[in-house]
Amino acid sequence: MRRRYVRNTARDRRAEQRARELLRATAGAEALDTYERFGLLSVEKDEYGYLIYPHRPLVAYDAATGELLSEYCVRFRDGSDPEAGERLPDADDVLAKWMALRADEHELIRTANVHPLGRQLDPAMVRRDLEAVRQWRR
Amino acid sequence: MKLLRMTPGKGDVLLAEGDPAVAEDEERLVAEFRRQLDLGMWAAVPHEGPGGSREATMVRDFSEVPVGAERVIFFPQAAGG
Repeated sequence: MRRRYVRNTARDRRAEQRARELLRATAGAEALDTYERFGLLSVEKDEYGYLIYPHRPLVAYDAATGELLSEYCVRFRDGSDPEAGERLPDADDVLAKWMALRADEHELIRTANVHPLGRQLDPAMVRRDLEAVRQWRR
Repeated sequence: MKLLRMTPGKGDVLLAEGDPAVAEDEERLVAEFRRQLDLGMWAAVPHEGPGGSREATMVRDFSEVPVGAERVIFFPQAAGG
């Protein structure tokens, strides 16, 4: 019989905890803290910055001014275990985007579908998130 | 060195572990590395950058993994969403 996705809250919670530990070990304690406080990561590389939401688009912004620029839709789907579904735990999803951005920003951006602001994420919410992260880091 | 793979429903799973300086271990690590790339995974190596910043490098062959790397993380290739 063909196996299919079965929602399992306890399994998913354990997976998320494990993913958070990998996030801490890889991107650092501050990255984990940012993720746990704001539900996202942020990366700045030269003149651009990105807010990284789990299973949502990356949002690029001007690192100097904070002006929001575009949404970049990118997915990391894994169909190897149909019962577990195709989505990585949230913390793994943001870490995968973080690693891909740190390692090869242009390759990830070239892969993504580019959309104008507001296609999936409310720009006002994103502006509030960006401001909150920046305030917290000061 | 540990080879880890992000997975739905589990988080990261340990695929292989060993000392690349030991021939037997290296053979096992290389075989698993190639298997993951054949399955369509991307491979990233986390490391420290200048000033202690956290960085990552994508690798496409086991020979590109820096000496002393503690872990290689496999995750599904990105696709446009």
